[in-house]
Amino acid sequence: MRPFSYERAATPAAAAASAARNPGAKFVAGGTNLLDLMKLEIEKPAHIIDINDLTLNKIEATPDGGVRIGALVRNTDLAADTRVKREYPLLSRALLAGATGQLRNSATTAGNLLQRTRCPYFYDTAQPCNKRDPGTGCSALQGFSRQLAVVGSSDACIATHPSDMAVAMRALDATIETALADGTSRNIPIADFHTLPGNTPHIENGLKPGELITAVTLPKPPGGMHVYHKVRDRSSYAFALVSVAAIVQRDGSGRVALGGVAHKPWRVESAEAELPRGAKPVSERLLAGARPIRDNEFKLMLVQRTLERVLLDARSAA
Amino acid sequence: MQGPGNFDISRRDVLKLGAAATAAPLVAKAQQGQAVDTPVVAAVTLVVNGKTHSLKLDTRTSLLDALREHLQLTGSKKGCDQGQCGACTVLVDGRRVVSCLTLAVMAQGRKVTTIEGLGTPAKMHPMQSAFVKHDGFQCGYCTSGQICSAVAVLSEIEQGIPSHVTTNLEAAVQATPIEIRERMSGNLCRCGAYSNIVDAVSEVAQATNKVRT
Repeated sequence: MRPFSYERAATPAAAAASAARNPGAKFVAGGTNLLDLMKLEIEKPAHIIDINDLTLNKIEATPDGGVRIGALVRNTDLAADTRVKREYPLLSRALLAGATGQLRNSATTAGNLLQRTRCPYFYDTAQPCNKRDPGTGCSALQGFSRQLAVVGSSDACIATHPSDMAVAMRALDATIETALADGTSRNIPIADFHTLPGNTPHIENGLKPGELITAVTLPKPPGGMHVYHKVRDRSSYAFALVSVAAIVQRDGSGRVALGGVAHKPWRVESAEAELPRGAKPVSERLLAGARPIRDNEFKLMLVQRTLERVLLDARSAA
Repeated sequence: MQGPGNFDISRRDVLKLGAAATAAPLVAKAQQGQAVDTPVVAAVTLVVNGKTHSLKLDTRTSLLDALREHLQLTGSKKGCDQGQCGACTVLVDGRRVVSCLTLAVMAQGRKVTTIEGLGTPAKMHPMQSAFVKHDGFQCGYCTSGQICSAVAVLSEIEQGIPSHVTTNLEAAVQATPIEIRERMSGNLCRCGAYSNIVDAVSEVAQATNKVRT
């Protein structure tokens, strides 16, 4: 690990300002996906800004009937929140499908959104990787790609976003609130937050230098049946091969987002019009233009079959 | 005790470094935002098993290395050092975390409990006794983490925190074997003592009425 200086920020504005002054700085909250990368010298911050003293750990009602989740709310506490369990069970289920009890106790709402990919070639510093070292090439294209992206990928990168939480938030139309170094704040719809790899896979979201996530808001509860189904190589503590987050209303309409298939939580709103006609047409629309390769082609059928299962579960629970 | 945020940080040319430190060229760069090549030392107050310790640590020191190398509390084990195996599990403010993915400076002012703080050979914690009774280990390397994790699992169940296998998110949670297996999935045991570990945790859960019989 490279040496770094360390400070504890007292306010979101001070944290953002300090990060903007120190281009090599990183915020730390849980640290569960920063410290592992620092040990491998994939992340090399010269300065660490600890934001754990900021009072961003509340879950509050919003005036429009939704909920505002502080950036520092731990994954355990968000999953176990009484109102989240009752009105946004999709979010609880997605959180509980990810990581372990120890990691969920540390990991935060904002940090979960900012997780880096678990592509094995990103982590293997002996191999070229455009995300880790721009311009060096993508080892995954000719490598072991079972876990990797089938849609929205590029010739430069086929990494997936590893989060379960973010997939549920995408289906729930979350908005990300931030504080900027100039003292202003802004709201970013989750659909626009994560970016596709294109030729710049090292850029994963639209945050500006120093910009700090302060909260995630959810609009008023969507009702309907909430199902999160994650398919993985072990029954616990593994990243998704494919996950499906669905909200299905009694009239058959609904929303679907996918995890484990793309560089970001994957949702195609126009595909949702097909929901009353079943999993096949929805999957075809969701995965239109997919570019699977040898080891991950199975994900296309797996998405359809997992969605089929999710729709059956939603119907039987209704 | 020092309050949070009140740190005495200095850069030194020559340092006595702990296990977290690697040989680094001793060239300080004054400009902010430039790579720091010189180790940075911070004064850290850790409260471990009820005792307060004032340490001067390289900022890179993980909580695990601070416990093992600086406080000689070697019960917590370093398995993967990447947050994947759970051998370093300790309780921070009563919640289980992997101490390898926590910086010691981040634990300033928090209450840390390690296996040494749960029980002693003369006065074992009920979970320790249950692991001995049920042979919940072979080599023992993962055991400290397993026991710290298991104690927290029963506390999480008591608090009503659901898991991936909980059928009804809003109902009271039961410490069934399937719940215990799911909740302990972050603690790997290469010897494969899992079934005995589940038996040990189940017995403590029953003894403390965390499962309906």
